[in-house]
Amino acid sequence: MKGFAQLAATNLKLYLREPITVFFTLAFPVMLVLIFGAMYGNEPLALFGGYGSMDISMPGYTALILGAVGLLTVAINTSSYRESGVLRRFRATPLRPVTYIAADVTGTFVMMLAGMVPLLLAGWLLYHVRFEGQLPSVFLAVLLGGLAMFSVGYLIASLAPSARAAQVIGMAIFYPMMFLSGAGMPLEILPATIRRIADFLPLTYVVKLLRGLWFGETWGQHLLETAVLVGILGVCTAVAARFFRWE
Amino acid sequence: MAPVIEVRNLRKTYGSVAAVDGVSFEIAAGEIFGMVGPNGAGKTTTIECIEGLREPDEGSVRLLGMDPRAQREAVAQRIGVQLQECTLPSRLRAGEALDLFGAFYQRQADAGELLQLLGLTDKRAAPFAKLSGGQKQRLFIALALINQPQVVFFDELTTGLDPQARRAMWDLVRQVRDRGCTVVLTTHFMEEAERLCDRVAIVDHGRIVALDTPEALIRSLGAERRLVFTLPESTLDQEVRQPPTLAGLTQVSRVERSNNHLLVYGHGERFVSSVVSTLEDGGVPFLDLRTEQPNLEDVFLALTGREMRE
Repeated sequence: MKGFAQLAATNLKLYLREPITVFFTLAFPVMLVLIFGAMYGNEPLALFGGYGSMDISMPGYTALILGAVGLLTVAINTSSYRESGVLRRFRATPLRPVTYIAADVTGTFVMMLAGMVPLLLAGWLLYHVRFEGQLPSVFLAVLLGGLAMFSVGYLIASLAPSARAAQVIGMAIFYPMMFLSGAGMPLEILPATIRRIADFLPLTYVVKLLRGLWFGETWGQHLLETAVLVGILGVCTAVAARFFRWE
Repeated sequence: MAPVIEVRNLRKTYGSVAAVDGVSFEIAAGEIFGMVGPNGAGKTTTIECIEGLREPDEGSVRLLGMDPRAQREAVAQRIGVQLQECTLPSRLRAGEALDLFGAFYQRQADAGELLQLLGLTDKRAAPFAKLSGGQKQRLFIALALINQPQVVFFDELTTGLDPQARRAMWDLVRQVRDRGCTVVLTTHFMEEAERLCDRVAIVDHGRIVALDTPEALIRSLGAERRLVFTLPESTLDQEVRQPPTLAGLTQVSRVERSNNHLLVYGHGERFVSSVVSTLEDGGVPFLDLRTEQPNLEDVFLALTGREMRE
């Protein structure tokens, strides 16, 4: 337990010292609010069901942080820790693999929650964005979406032959999803063909679930999204655990 | 007393190459045990099998009375490990590394004291990536001692350290042992093995070719000593090419000439004095007389027919 807490706290500290992570989790979402807020404002639109562009961007940008942390931070960190021999050093201690992963996930998840703070503050202060959901429900959705994205990250790290490859794969999956899943921009403004592609992107389901719960819908209305994310989490975790290598 | 480490017929193969090819030995409590041999001899594979990091193909290992694979966690609690190839997150600070690794163990040494012992006190807040090679090495040695281990493994103890730091490390290892810790180390510095270890296993091609105290290993060579001196320029190309009188002495086994150096091999108590007096009687001038004891390097050469290479 002592080891778990210390490792989670240390991982969080290390993330905060990593410029790329800090940029994508803390600064990038706020930048999006500033840029797209300036472009579209937050006037209620029929297209978005009476919500403003910034209102519906909040759950989207939250999903974006989850995707960035899972596909970039987790994939790149884990694979480079393996390649450089950091994991090898941990393995020579009594630390259990499951404790290592749990501490890594916890540190990463807290980092992600920290990233939501400036995003929501910016949205609220600049555009008085609306929130009509229940906090515990939305938190659970963030947790489920986060774990699903992290598991994809661990899967990439487990299967990629090198840290460099993991980085490329992570980026190749993340960047298209940023634009096509409804995270970076609402699906409503994208053409129908692109929306069909979105159905095949994991992040789409995070966006849909978060957005629904954010504006007061129930889990019952999002059984498909929930099932898909639980499925991703289960499959990716199982495969990653099967192929995970310490060195 | 039961040995701290028991290795029986250990074998580990990678592909068609036997990295460790049937190795057996025991290590007693409080020993400084060294494994020497060239890179690729199988030292690291052997100690990583003992630590439980690798699974042997054949043979058995007992460490502190336990099976290091089956009782991995209990073993890991009680041993310290310095690995040859590993690193830490580049932005992790030296002091944080000790706090982090300390948290993994039930017993914990004082981090500040360890930093001081290894001369890293002023590097406590330095990120790992900013440490020099020698400082990184010393930090890993500190990490190996963070749980006050009963057995500590140092794989290539002083690689990357300058000669002064190397000697300081030898003192440190002796201190660690004096506190009751058994030390197992690998090195490819023969001098290190000779000066530091109670017993040395000479490893080559995955086998132990000799195992004994450094003194006994050297004695086993037949205790041949070497006398080296320089002949002055004026005597070159003259009659002293091969002073016949030296070769006739009973204490002298052979005489070699290289450039203006004369190398005389022999043994016995009166070896040096008899050679010197013979040269003086014969009126042969010589400079820079020195005697050379055989060392582990010579043992390795004699056993394997090859020079130890760095």
